[in-house]
Amino acid sequence: MFGRLLQMLIKEFIQLLRDPKARFVLFAPAVIQMLVFGYAATLEVRHVPTAVLDLDHSQESRELVARFAASPYFAVRYELQNRDQIRTLIDESRVYLAIQIHPGFAALLRKGRSAPVQVVLDGTNSNTALIALGYVSDIANRFAQEQLRRRLYTTAPALAATISEVVLAPRPWFNTNMLSRWFIVPGLIGSIVLITVIQLTAFAVVRERELGTFEQIMVTPIRRSEFILGKTLPFFLVGLVDTAVVATVGTWWFGVPFRGSAPVLMLGASLFLLSMLGVGLLISTAATTQQQAMVSGFFVVMPLITFSGLGTPVSSMPEALQWMSEVNPLQHFLVVLRGLYLKGVGLEVLWPHMLAMALVGVALLAFTVTRLRKSLD
Amino acid sequence: MRWKRTWAIARKEIIQVLRDWRSLVIIAAMPIVMTLLYGYGVSFDIKHVPMCVYDREGSQQSQDLLKRFQASEYFRIVGNFTSYAPVVREIDSGRCRLAIIVPSQFSRLIAEGGTVKVQALVDASDDNTANVAMGYSGAVLSRYSQRVQADWMARNGITRVDPPLSLDARTWFNEDLESRAFILPGVIAIVMAVIGTFLTALTIAREWERGTMEQLVSTPVTPLELVAGKLLPYFVIGMVATAMCAAVSIFWFRIPFRGHLSTLFGTSALFLFVVLALGFWISVRARSQLVASQAAMVATFMPAFLLSGFIFPIDQMPAPIRVISYLVPASYYDTILKGVFLKGITSAALRFDILFLAGFALLIGTVAVLSFRKRLD
Repeated sequence: MFGRLLQMLIKEFIQLLRDPKARFVLFAPAVIQMLVFGYAATLEVRHVPTAVLDLDHSQESRELVARFAASPYFAVRYELQNRDQIRTLIDESRVYLAIQIHPGFAALLRKGRSAPVQVVLDGTNSNTALIALGYVSDIANRFAQEQLRRRLYTTAPALAATISEVVLAPRPWFNTNMLSRWFIVPGLIGSIVLITVIQLTAFAVVRERELGTFEQIMVTPIRRSEFILGKTLPFFLVGLVDTAVVATVGTWWFGVPFRGSAPVLMLGASLFLLSMLGVGLLISTAATTQQQAMVSGFFVVMPLITFSGLGTPVSSMPEALQWMSEVNPLQHFLVVLRGLYLKGVGLEVLWPHMLAMALVGVALLAFTVTRLRKSLD
Repeated sequence: MRWKRTWAIARKEIIQVLRDWRSLVIIAAMPIVMTLLYGYGVSFDIKHVPMCVYDREGSQQSQDLLKRFQASEYFRIVGNFTSYAPVVREIDSGRCRLAIIVPSQFSRLIAEGGTVKVQALVDASDDNTANVAMGYSGAVLSRYSQRVQADWMARNGITRVDPPLSLDARTWFNEDLESRAFILPGVIAIVMAVIGTFLTALTIAREWERGTMEQLVSTPVTPLELVAGKLLPYFVIGMVATAMCAAVSIFWFRIPFRGHLSTLFGTSALFLFVVLALGFWISVRARSQLVASQAAMVATFMPAFLLSGFIFPIDQMPAPIRVISYLVPASYYDTILKGVFLKGITSAALRFDILFLAGFALLIGTVAVLSFRKRLD
């Protein structure tokens, strides 16, 4: 049995590594994707291009504008003269935010009345807009509080010290500087390994079929289990190496801390790969041409990634989809990866996710083996 | 260039597409599936953030504050603890994203005056959700603080003072800051990139792999005719896909469409030509379907997803990546799509993007035609 399996493995490895271009696609796309994604996939909001229209030209209005200019979240690019300019700048996406201070701003403040400040936001990117709006309110609140205290000190100096203000003192854990990269890089490890392994495995059986070599294999004394093992083991190894390579890039190149234990990561990766091989093999045995395998591979990959919590939280999806994402191995692997990288937790927290990946993997492989029997007869 | 020969190639390609009915079904379903997938699965609208509370005082005043969190639709209180340890455990396991800890002498601190800090432990491993959750908590506290200050003024006999600033924020284009309206227009670019990737990239590689290239070379067809004939069927498929995506977005998800249909379809034709020509070129170079599929993934789909501004804003990326994004046709197309759908701007305001797209079409089209040589080595 081991002799036949070994022959099958030798054949598979020769096929994998023979073509220089094919060798290239084993690891290079993974590293390239990691580098590009790691740099590009950021949801941080800094230096929002901003325009200011100050129609009051008073000391107070200039002070408010100066606070926006000093904030790292805003970059004041334009000082406007009239309202029509706002429309053009926002239409052409040159600014996302415009702040308009009406004439009489300072006069109202001094009288102790509410002074209006108008803010126009480009809501096209809802996420950026929402976060930017939060920063705007922060600055406005701070400014308002100081104005209030200033007014109290002039009108009722004896009392002014006893007014209190309740503020939030946020302590961001695990990612103290709130870096998007720390969130996205561990997630990328899982997604990139998924894309590579599913693509490779999906082609594994159908290529033999399309090239007509499947029949040759069928006339050899090889058993079904040996065939499946021979087809999956190489990709399992490629997947493990890919995980290690991509994880190394994440830690060394992007400097994302790894706070958990490496053996737990390898265990998680192995269980994840088990389930991915199940998916890939299922596609490969169901397809009759390589194009079908590729198109259906993509159709499986897309939802797996979309509903994994890679970029947007699972808890924001509709309830039904949240339930469905429980059978998504990537969703569980991402929890494992982020737990290990950022939180530094161990098996005592992660075991339910490990179990879920193992169950999905075993179920898929068992299903594929029974399917393959029918197609071989 | 003879139309007869072009048409012959196109007819052969159409027959091949129609014969592989499984691929065809998948391709026909793809625009709808992708739009539904992104419409439901990708949401930045963060609501019901699971949170814990730890009230160290347990007074009327501290409960008042916590009730405000309970009443907010942005939070869902999943744990109410009386010590620190369970709070840490809940955050470690990810069951809780945010914990509000009310200080033990909350009411006394408020009575004394000055700044009272309410601690918020935030799971920042997902920096974006953490950011939004902190923004919402800050807003809850700031309203509470205003209430406390109003009470203080009433107690001290200060006639009611207006809050110094009134922020009047107006959001344009996506008035309710719905992430769906931001994401769905860009899905059209993704779908087209996929069609470019998964259909065209295989057309020439398949001829090589199956040995039909010799037959093709022996015909009198010229490279230009071949490119035109090979791309024509996929061009039609792509345009239909655009219409389907747009229809699902507009009629099912009720995304506003404020521009002109002619702008949408004109620019879509340009972009489609770019991705198809790119896919063709990759196919000529790769010669194997596996390599072609992986290369096309990196060249077409990934940039369309990542570097186009589809989800991740380009202006937040590091400068070198921003430069690369200028070389990605999808980034111009994405700007156009969001402009046409949400902003309702005319082709005049988009002249720059359209010009670039046309330039790419010309350049890559030429490269594709020149790359194909009628030789077998």
